[in-house]
Amino acid sequence: MAILPTAIDAPSGAGNRRPRSRARSDVASRTGASRLSWLGLVPFFVFIGTVFLVPIGFVVVQAFQRTTSGEAHRDPVTQQFVRATETHTTLANIKESLEGVYLSSLGTSVKLSAITAVLGAILGLLLAYAVVTSRGSLLKQVVSTAAAVTANFGGVPLAFLFIATLDANVGVVTLFLDKHFGLSLGDDLGVSLAGLSGLALVYLYFLIPLMVLVMMPALEGLKVQWAEAAENLGASRWQYWRWVAAPVLLPSVLGSLLLLFCSAFSAYATAYAINSSAPLVTIRISSVLSGNVLSGQENLGAALALNMIVIVLPLTVVYQLLQRRTSRWLA
Amino acid sequence: MERFVRVTNVRRLGALTAASVLALGLAACGSSNDTTTDSAEGAPSGGAASTDWAAAQSAEDGGGMDALVTAAKAEGTLNTIALPDTWANYAAIKKAFTAKYGIKIHDENPDGSSGDEINALKSTKGQDSAPDVVDIGNSYALSGALEGDFAAYKVATWDDIPEGQKDEGGLWFSDYGGYISIGCDAAKISVPCPTTIAELDNPKLKGKVALNGDPTTANAAFNGVWAAALANGGSATDIQPGIDFFKKLNDEGIFNKTQVSPETVASGATPVVLDWDYLNVGNTAALKKSGVTWTTTVPADGLVSGYYAQAVNADAPHPAAARLWEEFLYSQDADGGQNLWLQGAARPIELVAMEANGSADKAADAALPKVDDSNPFLPTEDQITKAKDAVTKNWSAAIS
Repeated sequence: MAILPTAIDAPSGAGNRRPRSRARSDVASRTGASRLSWLGLVPFFVFIGTVFLVPIGFVVVQAFQRTTSGEAHRDPVTQQFVRATETHTTLANIKESLEGVYLSSLGTSVKLSAITAVLGAILGLLLAYAVVTSRGSLLKQVVSTAAAVTANFGGVPLAFLFIATLDANVGVVTLFLDKHFGLSLGDDLGVSLAGLSGLALVYLYFLIPLMVLVMMPALEGLKVQWAEAAENLGASRWQYWRWVAAPVLLPSVLGSLLLLFCSAFSAYATAYAINSSAPLVTIRISSVLSGNVLSGQENLGAALALNMIVIVLPLTVVYQLLQRRTSRWLA
Repeated sequence: MERFVRVTNVRRLGALTAASVLALGLAACGSSNDTTTDSAEGAPSGGAASTDWAAAQSAEDGGGMDALVTAAKAEGTLNTIALPDTWANYAAIKKAFTAKYGIKIHDENPDGSSGDEINALKSTKGQDSAPDVVDIGNSYALSGALEGDFAAYKVATWDDIPEGQKDEGGLWFSDYGGYISIGCDAAKISVPCPTTIAELDNPKLKGKVALNGDPTTANAAFNGVWAAALANGGSATDIQPGIDFFKKLNDEGIFNKTQVSPETVASGATPVVLDWDYLNVGNTAALKKSGVTWTTTVPADGLVSGYYAQAVNADAPHPAAARLWEEFLYSQDADGGQNLWLQGAARPIELVAMEANGSADKAADAALPKVDDSNPFLPTEDQITKAKDAVTKNWSAAIS
């Protein structure tokens, strides 16, 4: 590590002292720097390796393994059980993870995430557009700050917020409707916080701000000149949107949609607090891995996690490709 | 977007009633060796400093109680895991142990589950920070014993732990437990507090009746479903009537799926809760401060009990302190662990013996919810496994 600062310091140091030889020393130190510059990435790769790649590796390996054990005998002195165990490679975990309640929970998770992502994207895009095109800079600041806060607001605190608002027994809105209009939130209006529609509502609370947050820079990237140029060439408002703005925005809208989907797909604590039996794959994983009832099913948990990775991974690749397209116009 | 937030009440639901299950399960494992190790025999005489406490299978085995205390004090620290202050009087128990022996307690991940405890045991094996002792559900005690996670140790009061509630070799031993009960806030419902499972099925309780968690995650909820099964014609071999009962409650809008916590109880979001009696009773004092009168009844039509188990880490970083902790927990003294659990409304495993020898705290004993359990419900391990499978398969569809 001692070499690193020296190598990096070299260009400016050399340049200051000997201006005439600047070009030469620059070249030399640049190659020196580039030879060692990868060192700067080491912490990043160590981090990615330990918190991302290694765990994924474990998940993949465990998903295809199962351990069977022979009869146990007790050692008369130590009192410990002695038994032969054998770990073998199998598709049994994957098969089990794609059956019955596990398959249906995966389906429900995908459905809920897709619906909330699309709704969140549409509403978030409209809100972001309204904010970007508004004249008040104060409004813009307030909304983007609020979006940054609420997009990161989730888990149990968010769940409690909704319980306090819409819970069938104590929700403020529930009691208000009942007292002033004689309406029951659940019976008359069909709103049930613990149901999937309730969960969707709670998810939207952080998905819409997330969409606003990621779309505002993209919308701000739409140059006024493009609209003016289109207008000068006789394009209608609709034609401008259809042929200029939409193609430029499309990659980032689709990319954001995927981000929202993954966000909703991986949500756990929020759903758990509102409905601890919510039929979602994340809740199944937690009951298999760190519950108190089902012991010894770690490999099934790994298989369930692998299913999620298999769904999210292609989306991540598409997201990266879309990002590249986005940056062509909206750098 | 996942926020990792622990929900306090999710903890260790896994304890199973497995009492006799264990005996049967172990017998089935083919262990026919007579455990006739006379622990006093061959114990190093007095040499406390040279005793290998990690191998000691009883206090006598290591040179007696005084030697154990000396060695534990020299270690100075005890690592525990998943012992929440609000659970079964653990705040007082930890404090009393530290006060008595001057040994500091590091409690890791207080809100963890049994699964988390076993994971920690395995993943920190050989490290100074590894848990010395665990307090886990019975199915985890059984599997941990088979996997060699625990050291064999028998506390001085070993004989007072009922048969079937301990591993014959001392790898684990039940510690405290209770009955599935109905906790209720009368002020938040329009009918008198239900005292039986059958009374829960009342249209006036719409949206009021909750389980403590999901029955595939939380042991209290799993046993709550089993209690409902017993009340509706089910048995040790048939938990389905319990699932059907909750399906009915759900169809009628009575079942409340909110994850129960002291906050949801205080606010009235979950006014009727099926949970272990010691947790329902344990919440009473705190709820009283928030102006909520919380009553607990053990339903006579669904008597299901469950006990947790203690085990010492085979590779405990503080082997003497770990064993002293167990001696403390199973001490029948007025200020010992058994009476402290009792004061937390949990039923200590040696309660029957203590009632007989007069060491049980009479006031605390009298304050326990009344139970007439002449024919205890003790499913076998095999029956428990089948019940879990049934719940895993059918619960989600039944209540969605």
